[in-house]
Amino acid sequence: MSTETIEQKAEETVIATEPLLSKRRKKFVTDPLNDDNPVTVQVLGICSALAVTVKIEPTLIMSIAVVFVIVFSNLIISMIRNFVPNRVRIIVQLAVIATLVTLVSELLKAYNYPMYKVLGAFVGLIITNCIVMGRLEAFAMGNKPYDSVLDGLGSGMGYAWVILTVAFFRELLGSGSVFDFKVFEAIGLANFPNNSLMVDSIGAFMVLGILIWIQRSRTGYVEH
Amino acid sequence: MGELFSLGIRSIFIENMIFAYFLGMCSFLAVSKKVSTAIGLGVAVIFVLTITAPLDWLIQEYVLKQGALVWIDPAFADVDLEFLQFIMFIAVIASMVQLVEMIIEKVSPALYGTLGIFLPLIAVNCAILGASLFMVQRSYTLPEATVFGFSSGIGWLLAIVALAAIREKLRYSNVPDGLKGLGITMLITGLMGLAFKSFIGIAI
Repeated sequence: MSTETIEQKAEETVIATEPLLSKRRKKFVTDPLNDDNPVTVQVLGICSALAVTVKIEPTLIMSIAVVFVIVFSNLIISMIRNFVPNRVRIIVQLAVIATLVTLVSELLKAYNYPMYKVLGAFVGLIITNCIVMGRLEAFAMGNKPYDSVLDGLGSGMGYAWVILTVAFFRELLGSGSVFDFKVFEAIGLANFPNNSLMVDSIGAFMVLGILIWIQRSRTGYVEH
Repeated sequence: MGELFSLGIRSIFIENMIFAYFLGMCSFLAVSKKVSTAIGLGVAVIFVLTITAPLDWLIQEYVLKQGALVWIDPAFADVDLEFLQFIMFIAVIASMVQLVEMIIEKVSPALYGTLGIFLPLIAVNCAILGASLFMVQRSYTLPEATVFGFSSGIGWLLAIVALAAIREKLRYSNVPDGLKGLGITMLITGLMGLAFKSFIGIAI
C-alpha cells in the first residue's frame, strides 16, 4: 500500500515537471508518420485505405473522419480505462467507437449529403478499422489521456498521408485529374489516356504495394 | 430460386468481398501465411457471416427502419431508429461471435481447437459488418440476405486460401528487401484481383 502511494507520487511529479510537448511526447506524433506507420509498417486499416481512394476529395473527408474518431476514442477510453473490467473491454471499446462513428456519419449526412452517398458503407466501416481498435488496445488502455490524444493524432496523420498519396496517384492516372481539376487537359495533353485499372481495385493494390516498397526501402525496415 | 443462385455466384466470384470491396483485408493479410490456418479462419468467417447477415436483417426490418416498430403499436409509425444502426449491428456481431465461440467449444472441442483463436478476431473483421451494411444498402429480402452472407463468406475463404497457397511457395523466392512481406502480398493480391475480373460479364 505504502510503496504504491510513493510510486504514484513519483509518477505525478514526473508528469508535473514534463513540458507539454516534451521529446517523449513529440515521438508519439512523429513515429507513426514514418518509422512506425500504421498502414505501411503495422499493416492495419488497409480496407478503407484502398476502398475510398479512387478520388482525393472523398479520401480527404475519410481521413478527417478517421483522425477525429481515433483521437476522441483514445481520449475517452484513456479516461475510463481504470473503470473497465478486462473481460468486457472489447465491447466497451466497440461501443465508444461506434458512437463516435455514428456522430461522424450523421454530421456528414446533414452537411455534405453527396459525399455521404459516395462514401456509403465505408463511413460505418471505420468501426472495424483496425487502426482505431489497435491504438485503443495498445496505447489508450495503459496511458494518460493527454498522451493518448497525441498518439491518436500521430496514428491518424500517418494513416492520412498514406491514403492521400494513394488517392493522388489513382485519381491522376485513373481520371486524369487532381481534386476534379483536369490536369492533363490544362497542360495541353487532352488525349492523355486514362488508365481504367487505376479506378479499379487492382490499381489500389498496385499503388499501395509500390508505395510500401519505396517507404520501406527508405526506412530500411525488412519484414521476415 | 434461380435468382438466389445467381446472387450466390455473383457474391462469390464477381463481387468478391476482397477483390471488389477490400473488406476484411487486415486478417486477409495477417493470417494468410499458412494454408491450414487460412482455411480455419475462412470457415469461421463463413459461419459468422451466415448467422449475422439474416439476424441483422431482422433487426433492421423489425426494429431500426422507419415505421419498423408498428408491430408493437401503430403509434410508433413515425419512429426512425436508423441512427442506432452501427451500434446495433456491431453489438450483434460481437455477441454472435462470443456465442458461436461458446457453442463450438461445447459441441465440438476439435473444431474449437482449430477455430478457437480466430473467432475473437472476426468481431473486427470488416467483411462481417460490411456485409450487413451492404445488405441494407441494396435492400435485400431475408432469403437473399442469408444467401448473400453465406456466399460472401465462401468468396472470402476462396481468396484467403488462394493467397496463402501462393505465399507458402513465395518463401522460396528471392524478393527485394523492401518488398518482402506486405509489399509483395499487395502486388500479388492485385494480380489475383485481375484474374477475378475476368468473371465480370458472366450472366447466370
